[in-house]
Amino acid sequence: MSAASAPAPAEPRLPPVTEIGMTSLALIVAGGIYLSAHLPRHVPLAPAIVLLLLSALLLAANLFALSRARGFNWSRFREVAGWAMLAYAVTAGMIEYAFVRDHLHGGALVVLTLSLVVYAVHVPVLIAFTVARYDPSGAEG
Amino acid sequence: MSSVSAVTGSAPAHEPGPAAPPGRLEFDIVPRRGLIGVAVVFIAAIVAIAVNAVWPLMFLHVAFGAAWTIIDLFLGFVLGPILGRLSIPARIELTTRLMPKMVVIMPAVVTVTLAAGWQLGVRTGTVLTSYPQHGWVVASFIVVGVMGVIALGLLEPANIAVLVELKKPRPRPDVIERLMKRFIYCAGITGAMQIATLVIMSKLASS
Repeated sequence: MSAASAPAPAEPRLPPVTEIGMTSLALIVAGGIYLSAHLPRHVPLAPAIVLLLLSALLLAANLFALSRARGFNWSRFREVAGWAMLAYAVTAGMIEYAFVRDHLHGGALVVLTLSLVVYAVHVPVLIAFTVARYDPSGAEG
Repeated sequence: MSSVSAVTGSAPAHEPGPAAPPGRLEFDIVPRRGLIGVAVVFIAAIVAIAVNAVWPLMFLHVAFGAAWTIIDLFLGFVLGPILGRLSIPARIELTTRLMPKMVVIMPAVVTVTLAAGWQLGVRTGTVLTSYPQHGWVVASFIVVGVMGVIALGLLEPANIAVLVELKKPRPRPDVIERLMKRFIYCAGITGAMQIATLVIMSKLASS
């Protein structure tokens, strides 16, 4: 590839979606490791709940910050996010199936299920954001 | 997953600077036929988990885990450097043929490895705190967690974004260059993590 290709259009200023998303994913992974490292002992759920809440807050903050971005290609974002969400819903469903199959129940199941929801939303958001940020052709004001 | 890290790396000084690829490149970002294979593999994993027998779980965990490790190491340390020495059109050609397959293969390989591995651990008791080598098992959780966050948060989005960019009539080299830098930094971490995985798994298997 050379500089003879298409000139780079000015990119809109966008929030640090990838960095926030990585932090959010790291938090739910940490919560999952915390819970699974203590099986089958009863373990206080509070640390895992705090990690999950922080992760969910970062997801919400990410979506809010992105919604206020100007000049972002939302049509491309929605297209990619939709398909990616379908794919990650399948993988999250498989993991959830394993949890239920292992008779996981109560608070631990709720925390892990909600963690999977954050995972199945945030990863597609990261994929769609990365694609859409470099595709200004359909940018919306 | 560093195979395309050098797709747009700087060309050697003597190499003439080629222009952008002629016209739109024809390839599927997600090969639909590959999804059939993924469905078959996922069904096999679900059946293995439902049956909860050691052999099918062990088979899936070992086979797909080995594939995950080998693919990462091979792409990161063997194919990646070779790609870096190819001419730029050849790099693009290889990338547009290889990376769509990786988009389908890697998530399936990782999901099946982890799902079967977890179920195997529950079935055999190796994930329980009573297991003598529990510390090593927790270490494996951490290693997989780090790899997972890097793969999901950085590599996968960059993979797909690069393919989308290459599919445009006039791909922007600066965009591809920027996305590829992710691979350069992440490949080292992922490779080191895979070596750590080998150390942990061989320790567990021999204990």
